[in-house]
Amino acid sequence: MENENQLLDINHLHTGFRIKDDFYDAVDDVSISLEKNEILAIVGESGCGKSTLATTIMGLHDPNKTKVAGEVIYQDLNLVDLNEELYNKIRGNDIGMIFQDPLSALNPLMRIQDQIAESLIFHTKLSKEKRYERVLELLEQVGIPNPPRVAKQYPHELSGGMRQRVMIAIALSCKPPIIIADEPTTALDVTIQAQILDLLKELQEENGTGIILITHDLGVVAEMADRVAVMYAGQVVEEAEVGELFNNPKHPYTRSLLNSIPQMDSENDELHVIDGVVPSLVKLPRKGCRFAARIPWIAAEEHEENPVMHEVAPNHFVRCTCYKNFHFEEGGE
Amino acid sequence: MWKTVLRRVLFMIPQLFILSILIFALAKLMPGDPFTGLITPDTDPKTIEALREAAGLNDSILVQYGRWITNAFKGDFGVSYTHKIAVSSIIGQRAGNTVFLSLFTIIMTYVIALPVGLLAGRYQNSIFDKIVVIYNYISYAVPTFVLGLVILFLFGYQLQWFPTSGSVDVGVTSGTFAYFMNKLYHLILPGLTGAILGTATTIQYLRNEVIDAKQQDFVKTARSKGVPVSKVYSRHIFRNSMLPITSNIGMELVALISGSIFIETIFAYPGIGQLFIQSIGSRDYSVITALVMLFGVITLIGTLVSDILMSVVDPRIRLD
Repeated sequence: MENENQLLDINHLHTGFRIKDDFYDAVDDVSISLEKNEILAIVGESGCGKSTLATTIMGLHDPNKTKVAGEVIYQDLNLVDLNEELYNKIRGNDIGMIFQDPLSALNPLMRIQDQIAESLIFHTKLSKEKRYERVLELLEQVGIPNPPRVAKQYPHELSGGMRQRVMIAIALSCKPPIIIADEPTTALDVTIQAQILDLLKELQEENGTGIILITHDLGVVAEMADRVAVMYAGQVVEEAEVGELFNNPKHPYTRSLLNSIPQMDSENDELHVIDGVVPSLVKLPRKGCRFAARIPWIAAEEHEENPVMHEVAPNHFVRCTCYKNFHFEEGGE
Repeated sequence: MWKTVLRRVLFMIPQLFILSILIFALAKLMPGDPFTGLITPDTDPKTIEALREAAGLNDSILVQYGRWITNAFKGDFGVSYTHKIAVSSIIGQRAGNTVFLSLFTIIMTYVIALPVGLLAGRYQNSIFDKIVVIYNYISYAVPTFVLGLVILFLFGYQLQWFPTSGSVDVGVTSGTFAYFMNKLYHLILPGLTGAILGTATTIQYLRNEVIDAKQQDFVKTARSKGVPVSKVYSRHIFRNSMLPITSNIGMELVALISGSIFIETIFAYPGIGQLFIQSIGSRDYSVITALVMLFGVITLIGTLVSDILMSVVDPRIRLD
């Protein structure tokens, strides 16, 4: 491995879903990496493949309905090739996952303590008493008041924010070096969102964890991330340090996204809208720039025939050459 | 919780009272009376009239109802017109048989349906699952009396493996182990018939619940903890799939006790279902009303038991 700080190295990853008899790539040739102590944000609209990327890293897809190709390198192992038994040693122990909706992500019939202790059962040799000590310690760590009481409760007895703290405690239970947080704050209200994000950041700084943060909220990205990968239609279209991305966005999609954030001091009453929709998996053009259809005023020859990532500044990558002459539509802004 | 149970029990009293009025009215609306069948051209109408008078059938409806309900409250449902013995003792003799049959049926149903339903749901669209689905359609579509007759003919008359009628052989001493085994032996055919019919819904129910639970987010959470798939099923999916079934056991038992009319009639099994149909045939009012009343009580208790069970298995439901 070229970089000893590197935790996860994803190369040319494809995840294809089976629709009738064909496989369609929802994640199409994604190459990104995650370092220790780093928060990598993956942003994009619904359906751009960001959650699929997360579940692919966790190996949670049904092999009969999905085809995964490429590399997810973790400690010299390609996770894509692992069998179930070995993968189960990685899941939870080396990679923890936090889901979007903490109510449906917790088993309604199990006490909080048993849900947190479950990963300890499968990854450690701790005795029952020691497991419950660890559960209380974890609940304390994620800022839950009165851990002994909450440990005995059921998910429906907790508030949304508390449930998400429990989810974080589950992800943290085996102190994994990597945590994947799939829209961890989407289901929460704004004040709780900030608390959960602060908690994640705090825990990450404490433990040096690498976090892949999947979100569609650019505000969250600005606050949390070190590096950002913008995904569109299954591909990463731009990747840069967070400051660079916000100050110097290149790809038309990134620029449109940033332009869509409502500005409080703006005199323009109308929100910027990206015309068109994300193409469905089946209808997705497999050649050319995938964003071309949504910026029709940009001439076809501005796009590359087979768009590749270009390094436009140190560690700043953009797909396709169309960024060079991109401008917003006349009258738009 | 016990407060709620007590409140529910108290609330049963007005429910039963309303039920008693309905039952009494319906029984009175039936054409004929117990003595209709006794009339032949030779009968002196005066004799019949005297019998009616003696049985109190000539009193006003209100007086008859008042008499019936007061006695019923004391556990006395009168004397059967046809059997000439106390209704409570006739029902007492038969109720034991029906409860025995119902319990046996329900145990057989779950012994078959639980593993089959869970496996069919887990291996959805496998060959096993497809066979199970076809089996469900067939056993759901076949009427009780057809299946009962087929089983009776096959195992009772052709193969002669099991007895074709009764609940126990004559001459076996009551209370012995042999007596119990003999009763069990008589239960198998009617129990099997009931179980085959009961499995269809239970299997289908469970299968769908498992398929539904498989896609729940908490399954993904469990998998991402590194829990092996088979353990995810046993620890998470199956428990959640069992919820509706568990809460249904109470009502299932009610349906069996009050709905075993066909099975008991086909297998000439002396239970309350058979008694019910015989009593309707002979216009034996006192027995009919007592039985319907009994079915009513059982239904009310069954719903209560279901609710209690539900609150036991699902922490989200609390009785209060």
